[in-house]
Amino acid sequence: MTDLSKSGAAVGEPTAASPAPSAFLEVRDLKVHFPTDDGLVKSVDGLSFQLEKGKTLGIVGESGSGKSVTSLGIMGLHTAGQYGKRKAQISGEIWLDGTELLSADPDHVRKLRGRQMAMIFQDPLSALHPYYTIGQQIVEAYRIHHDVDKKTAKRRAVEMLDRVGIPQPDKRVDNYPHEFSGGMRQRAMIAMSLVNNPELLIADEPTTALDVTVQAQILDLIRDLQKEFGSAVIVITHDLGVVAELADDLLVMYGGRCVERGPAEKVFYEPRHPYTWGLLGSMPRLDRDQQERLIPVKGSPPSLINIPSGCAFNPRCPYADLPKDNVTRTVRPELAEVGSRHWAACHLGKEQRERIWTEEIAPKL
Amino acid sequence: MSDDKAVTIPAQTTGEPSGGAATLTKDAAPGEVLLKVTGLKKHFPIKKGLLQRQVGAVHAVDGIDFEVRSGETLGVVGESGCGKSTMGRLITRLLEPTDGTVEFEGRDITHLGVGAMRPLRRDVQMIFQDPYSSLNPRHTIGTIIGAPFKLQGVTPEGGIKKEVQRLLSVVGLNPEHYNRYPHEFSGGQRQRIGIARALALNPKLVVADEPVSALDVSIQAQVVNLLDDLQQELGLTYVIIAHDLSVVRHVSDRIAVMYLGKIVELADRELLYKSPMHPYTKALMSAVPIPDPRRKNAKSERILLKGDVPSPISPPSGCRFHTRCWKATEICKTTEPKLVELRPGQQVACHHPENFADQAPQDTVLLTAAKEAAELVADEVLAESAQTSAAVAAEVAEAAEAETEAETPEAAETPEAETEAEILEAAETPEAPEAESPEADAPEAGDSEEEPPAKEK
Amino acid sequence: MLAYLIRRLFAAVVMLVVIVMVVFGIFFLIPKWAGVDIALSFVGKQADPAAVEGVREKLGLGDPIYAQVWEFFKGIFAGRTYTGGGDSIQCAAPCFGYSFRSEQAVWPVLTDRFPVTLALALGAAVLWLILGVSAGVLSALKRGSLWDRGAMVIALSGVSLPIYFTGMVALSIFVYGLDLFDGQFVPLDESFSGWFGGMILPWITLAFLYAAMYARITRATMLEILGEDYIRTARAKGLKERTVIGKHAMRSTMTPLLTMLGMDLGALIGGAILTETAFNLPGLGQAVLNAIKNQDLPIILGVTLITSLAVLVANLVVDILYAVIDPRVRLT
Repeated sequence: MTDLSKSGAAVGEPTAASPAPSAFLEVRDLKVHFPTDDGLVKSVDGLSFQLEKGKTLGIVGESGSGKSVTSLGIMGLHTAGQYGKRKAQISGEIWLDGTELLSADPDHVRKLRGRQMAMIFQDPLSALHPYYTIGQQIVEAYRIHHDVDKKTAKRRAVEMLDRVGIPQPDKRVDNYPHEFSGGMRQRAMIAMSLVNNPELLIADEPTTALDVTVQAQILDLIRDLQKEFGSAVIVITHDLGVVAELADDLLVMYGGRCVERGPAEKVFYEPRHPYTWGLLGSMPRLDRDQQERLIPVKGSPPSLINIPSGCAFNPRCPYADLPKDNVTRTVRPELAEVGSRHWAACHLGKEQRERIWTEEIAPKL
Repeated sequence: MSDDKAVTIPAQTTGEPSGGAATLTKDAAPGEVLLKVTGLKKHFPIKKGLLQRQVGAVHAVDGIDFEVRSGETLGVVGESGCGKSTMGRLITRLLEPTDGTVEFEGRDITHLGVGAMRPLRRDVQMIFQDPYSSLNPRHTIGTIIGAPFKLQGVTPEGGIKKEVQRLLSVVGLNPEHYNRYPHEFSGGQRQRIGIARALALNPKLVVADEPVSALDVSIQAQVVNLLDDLQQELGLTYVIIAHDLSVVRHVSDRIAVMYLGKIVELADRELLYKSPMHPYTKALMSAVPIPDPRRKNAKSERILLKGDVPSPISPPSGCRFHTRCWKATEICKTTEPKLVELRPGQQVACHHPENFADQAPQDTVLLTAAKEAAELVADEVLAESAQTSAAVAAEVAEAAEAETEAETPEAAETPEAETEAEILEAAETPEAPEAESPEADAPEAGDSEEEPPAKEK
Repeated sequence: MLAYLIRRLFAAVVMLVVIVMVVFGIFFLIPKWAGVDIALSFVGKQADPAAVEGVREKLGLGDPIYAQVWEFFKGIFAGRTYTGGGDSIQCAAPCFGYSFRSEQAVWPVLTDRFPVTLALALGAAVLWLILGVSAGVLSALKRGSLWDRGAMVIALSGVSLPIYFTGMVALSIFVYGLDLFDGQFVPLDESFSGWFGGMILPWITLAFLYAAMYARITRATMLEILGEDYIRTARAKGLKERTVIGKHAMRSTMTPLLTMLGMDLGALIGGAILTETAFNLPGLGQAVLNAIKNQDLPIILGVTLITSLAVLVANLVVDILYAVIDPRVRLT
């Protein structure tokens, strides 16, 4: 059965040519495609970014924008445990601390999972095994990567539960997930993912399933833990409030591609992509005076099987007709620098966008 | 029993000028009370053992009173388990209340049978959260939207098909798509279908349970705007139930905050968001992540509540929030605070409200729970709340100003809001609270001036 | 956990009492209402009137119904003496009735034949679990492959072919064709190898049918479980795929299988009539078939009771195992 874990996805282009990057995590031109009966689903279609230790990257996008697929891709979870004929096609490069993960031995990547990179999932109830106690699950996570006896591992589990703020951790460690409340479960999930001091933590919608007061607790916890452990964190969410709380850098995804990337402040205050404008305008805000009306993005997110030609956002973009020669519908815009460490993929001129933002969009928000 | 309730419950709020009777007598159609809920309760029994004995009950909704006025939007917020969805199903009579009354247009509909409810179903419609599971996948959307006509035996002018197509265009869908099936539509479009179905019989009251929470951000805004437009065009009255405070603020005129089956605060939107009085409301609002990276490290503004919402099976005694409240004292544990109108347009159930005079100033001993909770509240917040209690007279005046400021542009905006403001004015005269201040307010304002901050850290 | 066990046990006992009463009702009351002379059916149609009268007296058929039920109950625990018609017959402690026709107590008949049936059911169960579950898991892991399709076609045929057909095919191939086995039942206390040789074909035949069902269920459950979030979590921890499948996924897959196993085993222990007939095994199934042919009511009644008891016990065991596997069950 061991060969099953290796029978993963087709590994793309050889990577020997490219030099190892200096960044702690660097993703280069990542593509994740899934063959289906209806056609090829291009969930992620050429994504690149870097992330340093101690920093947090927020990936924002709507459902189907490819944000979760990206995180699973980094973790190598598209290839592990993929059975049957329909395999994800992954190409590009993922460099984690000097190791290229896509071309590495799957068993090596498996050993990195949970130790060097760990993940928190959206719904802690379904992400924890219902038949094992919280303690058993944390102990297991610890003992995969540490050669210790069960007692030591259990002490470590209690210690972690205590660290994430679970009261009476020595008793709760023997509880089953269903005996925990939603917030406690997510804390336990965080404890489990941090048990091996991972250097990269990926949080996929970590608070979406939680109530707002519990969400505040968990965001606080993630922030504190990052300070304490100094790990690199990727937060994936649809909630701009959550990324604003956590992220240093922001990456906005649309239709499997990055449309805007830059420091969080830049993306919030000087966004340079119409889709980012749309997201900001769609969102009622508690910290501002009452908006008279929200400014929604028209239409619906694209189907990943038939991504619109040219700019994927063009059918929903109110400015799609401004650039000449119908270029928005024929040429796919590449990311271009619009400021220091700030990129956007749009056919509109830089000055044009600056003007639209400051004159038309920003005053209405 | 329900009759008793109807009498006793308003008695709680004596001295409150916006009593149901006062507004009911008003003639003006918009702004009159459309739905009146008194002492509404719903307990779900828990049965256990071989004999299925009842061993307890989930106190999902545990005695709530409120009114919905014609043309307004009442927002209901709260965390999971606070009973907001149950409340929605009770007022649409999808669930049978355990106790209390529901009056629609002055008529008691609490115990109407299925048959007697049928004509009422035309007037009260519901929009559900999940646009995927609430549409039958085997029916075309034409059938789905047309179903209410068939059920009610109504034939609209020009036939059902024409009417359905009109409805489709009203909610922004292509009328040509009459014969398509739900799976051919995206989430946002399905929610529009759900709305079209709810609007088919031209209802008076639409209860929407989390209408946008299953949708993507950009689609949420479309649906929110659609609900807004429809209200203006058709003069609909909404009860919108949601957990997202930003969305609720955006859509509502008045907002009820629920906690463990009770309404803890019920206030006009601006009042609630500018100066929340219930500590829970305050904590809830401070917990919402602000999409502004510059405020990332402004932790001082945040009130972190300890732990989770207690189980509605055995809710805490006294004030249900006392186990997590940083201001809780002995009285909070023993005596349940009543929902009282402390300021015109703002009803609060709290012994030690924020931004207002302490309702139980004699009681100063903090509970241990409160001491623990206070550790999670930044000192700034505590200090601020102490200050506000002290300077309450000024606050009241300020708030009244803020209120009038807030209401003037709104009144100009929409006819509904205007008439609503009229009612408020008639009942409560917000412009001059000091001059004609209702009895309830006067002694309290006096109290607060004499009273030093009840407690400080 | 203890409360759960006690509750289950209590429920089982109550169920047992109900079953005995229902069975009694079916065998004694319904014929009475229908106007059939029960005594006659206990003796045989050709019996002389005096014998019929004796049986009537022995069974107390003239007594009120509750007295008859009570006598029957008492017999199970304390034994019974049938008196009437000038003689009396002793029926020792677990008295499940007395066959006046074959002139023997029912209980020894049951105890003679029960081990054969039990051995058949348990042996087959072990076989079908090994075969069915592993085939199902492999199919799930290799979904869409040739192996998967092949296994599922075989499983489908296994489910649809009647056991007397597969039994006959097995007999003609292995016994008459290849002459691998004797094909004759040999009691265990005579010769182990003879017994084993005699049982192996019935086991395989019976297991084939059930393995097919179990493979299908296992495959479907496993596929569903593999899509669960907690399996993804297990992989994200860095667990080896073998552990992910063998530990995390298997434990969840076991729950529905266990439920099925309880019911199937219970039913089989009551007598695999077709298999026993096809292979001429002296088990309960054969006994009941003979009893039906001979209209030997007490035997049928005894076997029915034993069958119900077996189903009940099997389900009790399943309930307990279920609670061991799934902690959430303990709450309810």
